[in-house]
Amino acid sequence: MGEPLIELKDIYKIYQMGDEEVRANDGITLSISKGEFVAIVGKSGSGKSTLMNIIGALDVPTDGSYYLGGEDVSDMSDDQLAAIRNRMIGFIFQQYNLLPKLNLLENVELPLLYAGVGHEERRERAMKSLERVGLKEKWRNMPNQLSGGQQQRVSIARALAGDPSLILADEPTGALDSRTSREVLDFLKQLNREGNTIVMITHDNSIAVEAKRVVRIHDGKINFDGDVEDYAAII
Amino acid sequence: MLQSFKMAIKSIMGNKMRSFLTMLGIIIGVASVIILVSIVNGYMSSVVDSFASMGVNQISVNVVNLPSRSLDVDDTYAFFEEHRELYERMTPVVNVTAVVKEGNDSLDATNVGGYSEDYLGIKDYELEAGRNLQYSDILSRQKVCVAGYYVANELFGGPEKALDQTVKISGNAYKIVGVVERQSEDELKEGGTDDFLWIPYSTAVKMTRNGAIGNYIFTSRSVEETEACKRELESFLNEIYQNDDLYHVNANSELLDTLNEQIAMMSGMLGGIAGISLLVAGVGVMNIMLVSVTERTREIGIRKALGAKRGAIMQQFVIEAAVTSSIGGIIGILLGSGATVMIGNAMGIDTPPTFGAILISFSVSVGIGLIFGYMPASRAAGLNPIDALRSE
Repeated sequence: MGEPLIELKDIYKIYQMGDEEVRANDGITLSISKGEFVAIVGKSGSGKSTLMNIIGALDVPTDGSYYLGGEDVSDMSDDQLAAIRNRMIGFIFQQYNLLPKLNLLENVELPLLYAGVGHEERRERAMKSLERVGLKEKWRNMPNQLSGGQQQRVSIARALAGDPSLILADEPTGALDSRTSREVLDFLKQLNREGNTIVMITHDNSIAVEAKRVVRIHDGKINFDGDVEDYAAII
Repeated sequence: MLQSFKMAIKSIMGNKMRSFLTMLGIIIGVASVIILVSIVNGYMSSVVDSFASMGVNQISVNVVNLPSRSLDVDDTYAFFEEHRELYERMTPVVNVTAVVKEGNDSLDATNVGGYSEDYLGIKDYELEAGRNLQYSDILSRQKVCVAGYYVANELFGGPEKALDQTVKISGNAYKIVGVVERQSEDELKEGGTDDFLWIPYSTAVKMTRNGAIGNYIFTSRSVEETEACKRELESFLNEIYQNDDLYHVNANSELLDTLNEQIAMMSGMLGGIAGISLLVAGVGVMNIMLVSVTERTREIGIRKALGAKRGAIMQQFVIEAAVTSSIGGIIGILLGSGATVMIGNAMGIDTPPTFGAILISFSVSVGIGLIFGYMPASRAAGLNPIDALRSE
């Protein structure tokens, strides 16, 4: 195992719903090292999405500390979080979340644009990224001209473009049929073999078992954390 | 920054109908500011011009000559020569009541007056034939006259034919040395603008047997200086008469000043009304931008997730609002300028769209975009990426 990339310590995320207190994350401690491929599983309402938001630096915990690549993220301002997301994290969303009015190249360029990369270099790196997912020729196309699987590949290209330390995939196959799901998963595995750290959030055990390590969340707490083989044995 | 402009134009082009409707308010506002201000200005300058041709730079002097205190022509000329930097022309005015006769024809309504050689210039008339009165005519009290077009036409059948002919003014024969161009565009009338005879004032004084001259007309070198010219004359006359009941100095420009004031007020009022329509247009821009932010919540969420900071989102929306309203502003300027020229032509006045109006309305429309775009943009920038991503 390499050095730790993600270090969560006693993470609490507490929402106030009227008089009731909802503990979406109730004391989560988790460490993920570079080069790992981790699946975070849990039912709807288990708190896995809250955890993803915290890992993805989209949100800060109510209590606890979170170090991402050695930096304390738990106390950052909005703009600092945006910078961290831009530099460290490549997002892959269930709904692809491509911007419909931009062509593929422009979509893939976005993280680089916000990183302040110059026009020429931006274009070059985005093209390279599109090439990795096999869509270089279609760079002029608009997202709605592509199939769901292709769109998800574009969003993977976008996630890779900024050369992030962590790829965070939120139900990456949730909107795809089984064949294209397979393709996307194989692609993620390949990226992991190439050394990328991947965290995948899913509710689906059959997807989770594609990872190398599984973390299961239940009622805001981790109730399983181990190798995929061990996990396969208990389901 | 450049990227933001590109994005803004893309977004405007991506939603042409809505962008156009947003711009419409600005277009109408800007066009109406330009049209109103330019038309009022054009109208004003045409009024000023027509007043100027009526002699706004004239100052008329009226004095009562007493045996003890009187204004001498030579003194007046000395004063005039001394202040050439203020006054351009000067003439004594001697009105003659006389019947004009040529053979058996006679004219009773003809305006006969004694003037200096400057009078032609003061009236801003041109000669049709012959020559003007000359200093030598005045010096030697020549019995010569310059005739109006009506007189020449009526008595001799045309300007050229009238030259070197003689007319009798109160029984004395005067030679016609020049004929003035026709002034009246309407029918020639007895007693009208073209029915006059000018004779040297020295000759007129002799004829009326009235030693001192009571009326003078001065012209200032510029309309702006008319007030100073008037004051100078008053102090000159006050020295002689010691009593301001005995002289009266009257500047035509005073009327013009009042007129200018009224026109400026009207211009401001109309500009203000048009300005209100620009304000309403600004509210329209804000409205549409707010809708746009709501519609694009998800886009904003994606951009923020990918690392867009508050400032970047802010900039995107503010620039989009500013670009929208400046495009509207430019269209409004073009439409307004075109309409101004057309309306000016229809009204028969020269109405160049004023540069000031264009500049002001353009900067106002950009400003409106910035100001009214700010609120929606800060709402967009403040969106929480998680909520924004979750929205459909």
